[in-house]
Amino acid sequence: MFQMYYYLKNLSPTQQVGMLFVTIFGLLLLASVGAFLLSVREHADEARADFWRKELKSLDAMLRTSWLMVLVFWIGWAAGDWVALTLFAIVSFFALREFLTLSPTRLGDHRSLVLAFFVVLPVQYALVGGGHFDMFTVFIPVYVFLALPLASALANDPLRFLERSAKLQWGIMVCIYGMSHVPAILMLKFPGYEGRSAFMVFFLVAVVQVCMVTQHIAAQRMRRKPIAPAISQSFNWDSWGLGVLVGSLFGALLAGITPWVPGTAFAAAFIACSAGGLGHFVMKALKRDRGIPNWGAEGQSVTGAGGLLDRVDALCFAAPVFFHSARWYFGV
Amino acid sequence: MLAKMMSYFLLGLIRVLTGSQARWHGCPPKAEQRIYFANHQSHADLVMIWAALPKELRSVTRAIAAKDYWTKTPFKKWLTSAVFNVIYVSRDRTSDEDPLEPLFDALQNGDSIILFPEGTRGFTGEPQPFKAGLYNLALKYPNVVLVPAWINNVQHVLPKGEVVPVPVLCSVTFGAPMQLGAGEDRRAFLERARAAVVALRDV
Repeated sequence: MFQMYYYLKNLSPTQQVGMLFVTIFGLLLLASVGAFLLSVREHADEARADFWRKELKSLDAMLRTSWLMVLVFWIGWAAGDWVALTLFAIVSFFALREFLTLSPTRLGDHRSLVLAFFVVLPVQYALVGGGHFDMFTVFIPVYVFLALPLASALANDPLRFLERSAKLQWGIMVCIYGMSHVPAILMLKFPGYEGRSAFMVFFLVAVVQVCMVTQHIAAQRMRRKPIAPAISQSFNWDSWGLGVLVGSLFGALLAGITPWVPGTAFAAAFIACSAGGLGHFVMKALKRDRGIPNWGAEGQSVTGAGGLLDRVDALCFAAPVFFHSARWYFGV
Repeated sequence: MLAKMMSYFLLGLIRVLTGSQARWHGCPPKAEQRIYFANHQSHADLVMIWAALPKELRSVTRAIAAKDYWTKTPFKKWLTSAVFNVIYVSRDRTSDEDPLEPLFDALQNGDSIILFPEGTRGFTGEPQPFKAGLYNLALKYPNVVLVPAWINNVQHVLPKGEVVPVPVLCSVTFGAPMQLGAGEDRRAFLERARAAVVALRDV
């Protein structure tokens, strides 16, 4: 066990990242083969078969998301930081498209929407790519905060102005600002950790994903009383806590790929997981406000939303908190 | 060649901007002669409905465009004739010929057509009353299948008077085919057709 650990520790960064991807692709392949074998199994009675079909369908969706995520990471790592940035920018674009589709805007907002998609989004990612930390952390909360309502006000339409501006600003904060902090981690320079920042991005995404999946399963199995049933039928402190705990423990296990000792990795994962779980809950409240269970409820949505935002919202809240706490604490 | 590239470019653009999702609710996409009629709120409507159709149907499905507006500049003319192969209809009634004459030709050829019976782009969510063209076509070609369609959300992509489109998810819902009833009154038929389009908004 320890021999293995030291063997891995002594590999070059490139080899380590390569190993990581080989392992993950292997695990995913095993899971996919398993799901396929389960899907061809015969069942004695119809009710059981039906149950299994439903289980497999959600498993299948989860596997497909994971494949896509890992593929994105792999491409991002193999092709360099700028490609990774572009990929995250594309995710931002589609997430914002989903967000704004379900927050109806008025015709007067057209110019500010154009600005949001075609100016704010590229500029934010360019700032991240250039490593201008002090600028990209304030660009949206300070400059865009004034610019977009200005564009809307110039359209001469006062009806529900505060609501419209707030919705747009929120969408940009979550989908562009939050999301852009994931690739921003690539730009953090931890001493003695050069060339391995891709691991940190993987660390963040992996712990948040593990936390969310655990929370989801725990909420289904434990069936505790929901805290705010009008907002979420499933969210309760027990399953949230369990999700955060499992996510953080997983983070501690991954300490070998971070510049940290297991204790620090646990703390960092704890911060990211708490923020992610709570952020997901906040987004639930937003969806309730729009009267939908999911951004992309299959068969129900007129908009054709793919539910991308359902999958990435936890990350959008976890990333800025993780990024800024790590940066502040370690002074990088 | 250029026209082909332009059509791929526009298709890609509309997919990125709107997702251009087709929802076949009342009928499957099928290679039969059809008249698709839909609400009209934006220039992007034409591309939307066109992108929502399967590739095989796109080449035999032609939209209607107002002659005065779409032949004004060489670019508009090229776009509508070379890329979309639209059927021009003149809106002014100075000419002696029936304004629907070009449509009759197209239907005679076996083409399917896309029709916006409101005649012009509306501003409000509710479609305006339908013009009589749809009734006349249904009367003259009873064998052509009439398919109502609702284009959702597209007015936010490109409002009248704007040039830069914004990304918003849109969908086209195709409903169950309808027919002109025996001896059905023109007003009643047009009202029924409009109701069929509006009904698709909520499915």
